Amino acid sequence: MIWESVKLALRTIRRNVLRSILTLLGIVIGVAAVIALVTIGEGAQSKMTSELSKLGSNMLIARPGAPTSGPPTGGESRSFSERDVDALRNGLTGVRAMAASSSKQVKVIYGTASQDTQVTGTEPSFFDTQDWAFTSGGTFSESDARSGTAVCVIGATLVRELFQGENPLGGIIRVGAMPCEVTGTLAAKGQSAFGTDQDNTVVMPLRTYQRRIAGSTRIATIAVSGINQEVLPALQSAMAEILRETRRIDPGEEDDFTVRDMTQIAAAMSSTTSVMTGLLGAVAAVSLLVGGIGIMNIMLVSVAERTREIGIRLAIGARANQVLLQFLVEAIVLCLIGGLIGLALGYGLAALGALLLGIPMGFNVTMAAVAVVFSAVIGVVFGFFPARSAARLDPIEALRHE
Amino acid sequence: MNAFDPRERPPLISLRGLRRFYGQGAARVHALDGVDLDIAPGEFIAIMGASGSGKSTCMNIIGCLDRPTAGSYEFSGVDVTRLSNDGRALLRRNYLGFVFQGFNLLPRTTALENVELPLVYRGMKRAERERRAAEALKAVGLEGRESHTPGELSGGQQQRVAIARAIVTDPLVLLADEPTGNLDSARSHELMKLVTDLNTVRGITVIMVTHENDIAAYAGRKVVFADGQIKSDVRVAA
Repeated sequence: MIWESVKLALRTIRRNVLRSILTLLGIVIGVAAVIALVTIGEGAQSKMTSELSKLGSNMLIARPGAPTSGPPTGGESRSFSERDVDALRNGLTGVRAMAASSSKQVKVIYGTASQDTQVTGTEPSFFDTQDWAFTSGGTFSESDARSGTAVCVIGATLVRELFQGENPLGGIIRVGAMPCEVTGTLAAKGQSAFGTDQDNTVVMPLRTYQRRIAGSTRIATIAVSGINQEVLPALQSAMAEILRETRRIDPGEEDDFTVRDMTQIAAAMSSTTSVMTGLLGAVAAVSLLVGGIGIMNIMLVSVAERTREIGIRLAIGARANQVLLQFLVEAIVLCLIGGLIGLALGYGLAALGALLLGIPMGFNVTMAAVAVVFSAVIGVVFGFFPARSAARLDPIEALRHE
Repeated sequence: MNAFDPRERPPLISLRGLRRFYGQGAARVHALDGVDLDIAPGEFIAIMGASGSGKSTCMNIIGCLDRPTAGSYEFSGVDVTRLSNDGRALLRRNYLGFVFQGFNLLPRTTALENVELPLVYRGMKRAERERRAAEALKAVGLEGRESHTPGELSGGQQQRVAIARAIVTDPLVLLADEPTGNLDSARSHELMKLVTDLNTVRGITVIMVTHENDIAAYAGRKVVFADGQIKSDVRVAA
């Protein structure tokens, strides 16, 4: 009986193709919007989560510039000195690794290949603070760091672009005007949250960088990695205290540096994204509701149009429930078709969006199932009233209806 | 020609003091005002009368499409007035077949599917349904027209499809409400021959509303309604 009703419903829908399509549109758009928005939102969030892990665990970053003066530029503000770094190194407890660094965009050349690259001068512990693994070789030694030897570690992009299959270890690249021996290669990290390629990098001893590349002793960043999540708040305030002391900032005067908890920033960004996803999803759900009302409208018209048919069916022995079922099934089938089209369209849009935004796209089976079930529920809810009015028709009145 | 005298068998349909009123108070209309009628199995009865005489109302009540305001209606000994809507739907489905003046076939649906419809509601399997529907169409002389839709059939053919639909369930009673009302004279007589055959060969009880005397002449019994009451009830020798 149900199968007969489904076949009958499909036939009725086929007979009024245009009207059915227009009716479906509301459901299609609603489901597609929900699916696309939530999928893209989830993609953005999972990207955020992976960024978070790339930042290195439990990391605090100190940069020059007051917290109130917008994003730290590292340029005009008073940069850190070696005295600041030493004070932190001696004064902090609960530190897993700590590294001072400075960076600059420099052209790097090997053979005929060249590449504009982020060159960072830092300490050997830099790789620990970043949780950055080596694919070959290793970090430069403490003695290299102290003496300012021309050695460096290069990122995956440079290995690919400059060496093109050659073994980079022991190779001499030119960083700006300085020839420099490659002692290690880094594992790929991919893009950063700001869209820059983190693997397009050269890391060398801080002293080498200061003397031969930057020509100054400025330190732009101090990264401190705590032993665990719990020590971070204490570590953050201890860093601020020590830096205020060494930098001779009077009580009541504003900090001329900022200490940020990178994990917190990433978590805040991630929760903002999830709130946005939820909001957009809710707006999309409203369009589903509107689509449902459209279904109800068209079903009422259909009942009025087919009054005579209902009369015939009742006269030849259809029970009221069978007529109810028929119209209910028709509404459900209509909504399910809309839901499935919407599902396909939604994932299509999400795939396009993911491609354009460069975020991963997941196929959430639960959500797909929920969307389809929800479409059917809309069919039941908005199809029930018209179906009941059909089932309650008086057969004689219905048969007389022209 | 009936091989038995209907008066000697217990009635299939028995109406006693049947009344049907429409409306309230001063506007109340007495469509049926005390009708007593017994119909035996195998009878072919013509119900006649002017419009507004109550003949259609009586037909609707017999067909379980309408309920009387007062009085009793027993079908094969069962008090129909006490049945629920579903109970009456089951009675229609299993024992009654309807033919209407306006054919009342489902448009854009093939003859075969139209005839199958009552069987669908019985929950019959598709193959069995199709076999029986094709048989019924053959019985009304429409073999080869199974896949035609009503729009592709003449009035006479459409009414034959309607008859096939009515008899596909092997009903006890065929209720025909002015079956020839929309047909020309030649088609009318062809149809009446078919109906008579169903009555004599299959033994289906036929109750037919008509206002044409030559159509009523096919019946073995003629009941005339006037002002909601039976004015005359005559058995004619066939």
